[in-house]
Amino acid sequence: METLLFVLGIPLFGSLVLAFTGQRDIAREINVAFSLATFIATCVLTGEVISGGPIFAWHREFFIDPLNVFLVTLTAFVGLTTAIFSRPYMRIERDHGKMTPTRLRLYHSMYQLFSCTMLVALTTNNLGILWVAMEAATLTTVLLVSVYRTPASLEAAWKYFILCGVGIAQALFGTVLLYMAAEKVVGVDGGALLWTNLAAVKGRLDPGIITLAFAFLFIGYGTKVGLVPMHNWLPDAHAEGPTPVSAVLSGLLLNVAVYALLRCKVLTDGALESNLAGQLMMGFGLLSVVIAAFFLSRQKDVKRMFAYSSIEHMGLITFAFGMGGPIATYAGLLHMTVHSLIKSAIFFAVGHATQKAGTQIMSDIRGLIKVSPTVGWGMMLGSLAILGMPPFGVFASEFLILTTAMREQPWATPFLLLALGVAFAAVFSRVQPMVFGETTVKPLAHPPALLPVFIHLGLGLMLGLYIPPYLDAWYRQAARLMMGA
Amino acid sequence: MSPLVGQTINLLAAILLMLSFAMISQRRILSLIHLFTAQGVTLVAATLLVGYATHQPHLYISAGITLALKVILIPLLLHRVIARLDVRWDVETLINIPTTMIIGIALVIFAFNLALPISKLSVSIARGTLGIALACVLLSFMMMITRSKAVPQVIGFLSMENGLFFAATSATYGMPMVVELGIALDVLVGILIFGVFMFHIREQFDSLDIRHLEKLKDD
Repeated sequence: METLLFVLGIPLFGSLVLAFTGQRDIAREINVAFSLATFIATCVLTGEVISGGPIFAWHREFFIDPLNVFLVTLTAFVGLTTAIFSRPYMRIERDHGKMTPTRLRLYHSMYQLFSCTMLVALTTNNLGILWVAMEAATLTTVLLVSVYRTPASLEAAWKYFILCGVGIAQALFGTVLLYMAAEKVVGVDGGALLWTNLAAVKGRLDPGIITLAFAFLFIGYGTKVGLVPMHNWLPDAHAEGPTPVSAVLSGLLLNVAVYALLRCKVLTDGALESNLAGQLMMGFGLLSVVIAAFFLSRQKDVKRMFAYSSIEHMGLITFAFGMGGPIATYAGLLHMTVHSLIKSAIFFAVGHATQKAGTQIMSDIRGLIKVSPTVGWGMMLGSLAILGMPPFGVFASEFLILTTAMREQPWATPFLLLALGVAFAAVFSRVQPMVFGETTVKPLAHPPALLPVFIHLGLGLMLGLYIPPYLDAWYRQAARLMMGA
Repeated sequence: MSPLVGQTINLLAAILLMLSFAMISQRRILSLIHLFTAQGVTLVAATLLVGYATHQPHLYISAGITLALKVILIPLLLHRVIARLDVRWDVETLINIPTTMIIGIALVIFAFNLALPISKLSVSIARGTLGIALACVLLSFMMMITRSKAVPQVIGFLSMENGLFFAATSATYGMPMVVELGIALDVLVGILIFGVFMFHIREQFDSLDIRHLEKLKDD
């Protein structure tokens, strides 16, 4: 319980400290220090959960169970590596004149607050607080996306604000309906919004209300996941914000939104006879995979391209969870982990590549490998990993998803294979000339931070070859939890 | 509980819906803000009444928050923003107003049909009003779509939040206090960010017309 206080308190305190000191040179190190402290706290928390089982805290308003514990650790870990990456990145941006002291202060403070909101969303047991934290995460990232104050970044932030604001308002209506259904079963004072209470009585919730509630929750949190056709905000927000923000948006925030959707799905599955939630998720997931794959091939901006790749992977994850069953759910969780690691690694490499080239347009970035082999290789290996080349972890999870789809939903397999093929051709043909060939890029003034890139790729590689037993046990437990056991 | 209280809540719900329609048909930004304030007052009255009729003291607190936030603070902020930006006479909609009204009526019928089976199941005194709350949400949604200027879009967003809040009070007896406080905080921070954004947009584009914000496209 005290550990959880540290996990949530450290980033909150960090955002306060950085709100006053964020413009100084040392702020980049303070940012890393707070992220490191948060990560250590989550590691201790994880240790406690491994040894002592699920934890409840503060009148059961917060809890840690097998489904959220690994996401909490992953969030803190990627938060830390992104902070490390952002150190030289922001220094270079400041030297280029893109970041003024005021903007740096806003950036650092909001970075920590954003980590805090995501951790609250992941650890809360109360579906109302989950909504509040998701909305708060939207607000902090709106400020982060608009931090350059260019017309393009303002446009992206405005779109993001309006679309996600409206989308997530639908989720609030869904939450109200869920509360209404639960109140009749557990009473007004029974903690009718606590997920554990709802999960205990889910068989007795009224199917009519739950159907409508899930429809609204699905639209709401689905907007945040970036499912087609509610995905319009995602490429803009990724392309126009600073690259560390793109990395945490893709690597973490989308995961948190999927997590919210999963919590709602478990309740819906318990209350309904039909597989409504699963069918909706499969349908929209598949649509996202296919549409995003075709949009991938039309992009000129490198960050937009990888943003569409995120939509594709989120679609794949949603599809996997929609299929349900132990293997597909396991694969979905694994895919969430490896996508988060590898996509953020790609954004780190892309961030330095665009700084070197001075542009995000892919046809103007050439021959990275000649000037800095590490950035070039980071991008190449990252792209191969995200495209599902063995032996990286994405291959393992995509293989599991595809084989399960062939057995259980054979109609979807051709679409999935087609989309993955199109995505492969599109991304590989763009990345290859960016990495190899004659060069146009200039060396950077400060050494880039490439340690995070290779740590992430290394972990992604490891998960493709060997999954540690405790991680395996978590995935299995989480999958069981999601199937209502 | 007397039938009078139930009838009064229904009356307030009807006023809320009427105000939503008035907002759709209103071209002037200043009048939009007045309508939004009136919506806030109606919401406060409805919350107080439900709280009184059902003996839920926490609804008084939530009525207090609504009063402070939606009747006083946010209208004040909006007035200051439009005064500083000098956009009081803004007169544009993307679809003409009679057409929007007809679409609005269709939306209300849709919302009522959607909410009908659920309203029957509610134990709350104000159960008939869930359809109205949903209709208000959809009407505000449409208002956001049909307006091309930043300020009316924001007012549409806030009015949608009013509809959601009304749904929470009428379908249940209000959300738990901690959640309501969180939502209020989010709304407050959101409106502050909106305010700051409007100045930045104005600075960058020399106008608050959202149609300038259509450069980012996939070609």
